[in-house]
Amino acid sequence: MRIKDLSFYYGVRKALERVTMDIYQGRVTAIIGPSGCGKSTFIKALNRISELEAQVQVDGLIEFFGQDIYSSRINLNRLRRQIGMVFQKPNPFSMSVYDNVAYGIRVSGRKSKSELDDIVESALTNAALWDEVKDVLNKSALGLSGGQQQRLCIARALAVKPRVLLMDEPCSALDPIATMKIEDLIHELRSDLTIVIVTHNMQQASRVSDYTAFFSTDESRVGHMVEFGSTSQIFRAANEARTRDYIEGRFG
Amino acid sequence: MKVEDLSQPLPPVRQFFSYAMTAIAFLLTGLALLPLFAILIEILRQGLPNLSLETLVSLPAPIGVTDQPNGFANAIVGTLIMVGLASLASIPIGVMTAIYLTEFGKGGAIANSIRFIATVLSGVPSIVVGVFAYGVIVLTTKNFSAIAGSFALAVLMLPVVVLSTEGALNLVSNSQRLASAALGSSRFQTTWRVVLLSALPGITTGILLAVARAAGETAPLIFTALFSQNWFSGLQNPTPSMSVLIYNYANSPYVEQTSLAWTASVVLVLMILLINILSRLVTRNRLDIQ
Repeated sequence: MRIKDLSFYYGVRKALERVTMDIYQGRVTAIIGPSGCGKSTFIKALNRISELEAQVQVDGLIEFFGQDIYSSRINLNRLRRQIGMVFQKPNPFSMSVYDNVAYGIRVSGRKSKSELDDIVESALTNAALWDEVKDVLNKSALGLSGGQQQRLCIARALAVKPRVLLMDEPCSALDPIATMKIEDLIHELRSDLTIVIVTHNMQQASRVSDYTAFFSTDESRVGHMVEFGSTSQIFRAANEARTRDYIEGRFG
Repeated sequence: MKVEDLSQPLPPVRQFFSYAMTAIAFLLTGLALLPLFAILIEILRQGLPNLSLETLVSLPAPIGVTDQPNGFANAIVGTLIMVGLASLASIPIGVMTAIYLTEFGKGGAIANSIRFIATVLSGVPSIVVGVFAYGVIVLTTKNFSAIAGSFALAVLMLPVVVLSTEGALNLVSNSQRLASAALGSSRFQTTWRVVLLSALPGITTGILLAVARAAGETAPLIFTALFSQNWFSGLQNPTPSMSVLIYNYANSPYVEQTSLAWTASVVLVLMILLINILSRLVTRNRLDIQ
């Protein structure tokens, strides 16, 4: 994905100013920065989900394999099937575990029962959840623990076979062990998936990502990207003083 | 440092105040329950002795005739038919309207005015709705009919269904809608498969309460469905109902009829109780899963 000069407005208020970066295929890109710097705004612009929450306006260009996703000809349902998303708080549907994972496939067309079974099993296996839930597939998903619910949400997103997975602070509502499991999962998934993860936990960014973008705000409270580079470069030898200050814990 | 003695009781004034308020609360609760139980006991005392299978399956006997079975089966059937028809009309329309209010037109001028109208409509006295149905249907068809009665009940139920369904849909967390959209489902699919599913227990409760209310209404039926001593004979004809039967017979000078009115009251209360219990069961089952 290629993002060029992206500016983002909620109503008339500008939330993001001229972000330009590339998201590389098959890599994990982390977005870090202090609260209110537009990290979540940015990631929600990538699958156009923010349009459902508020009146938004977008300038600039976001390309997904060469297609401008803000073009009026884009089918949002197809777009969001290609670019999946995991939210900050686990939000499984109040259905059974199986139905949660099968949901995305069912809405996109009919599949036979056996095909569906296979997809559900492989999605849950990929989300490292299969062994824990294989006996409770028909129980309500709301009975799972927070960490399991979040992995279920990942499985649900994986089931529709997206090219890109957006994760908006996926571990912020989870305990350290559940967080570790999700991080392991990100390591597993990166072989055939492009992942963009927003996090305010810098150790997490350094552990899971290949590339890191640092976002911050200026005096007018408009978020912008300060620096983008490989994770090792950002964490060891950032070019910008502000990035170094943030990473060393001197602000934010 | 001197530590306060934790075992020392509160000053007598505070203690007294606390006891007095508790006593008043109990007293007023009892006072509120008193008429409720008085009604129930009186209905049961007067109506229960005459309740038998015979009353549930036979027609009202002509006055003065004592060797025929006396009952109100026709009224039970009439109430079921009219409430059923009214539900058939008002529930789909009401639920769809509520879906428009929460999912599609939310915050818009149209949605706000629809909600305002529904709120006003829910406060309109039922007799006014009856007059309306009389004007719209009875006068144009020149006939009292089950259709007119159902229409009046449907108009009465509609705002209740709209407002309670809207409440239930609003309780569905927005994160569910976003999660569904993020999986590539259209707005219709999100509404149909996720939002309605989550809100179903709440919607069901609202609908059943509307049904219970319609079953007990008299005023809208008096001059729309009228009454009849005979079996239900088609939607175009006057149709008996429980509430109108009670209204008519309770004023009757004949003992057989007044006692039948009491028995009909018991049955009507039981029917409504049944609907309420049903709505509780639907909600509780749902909570168990969660």
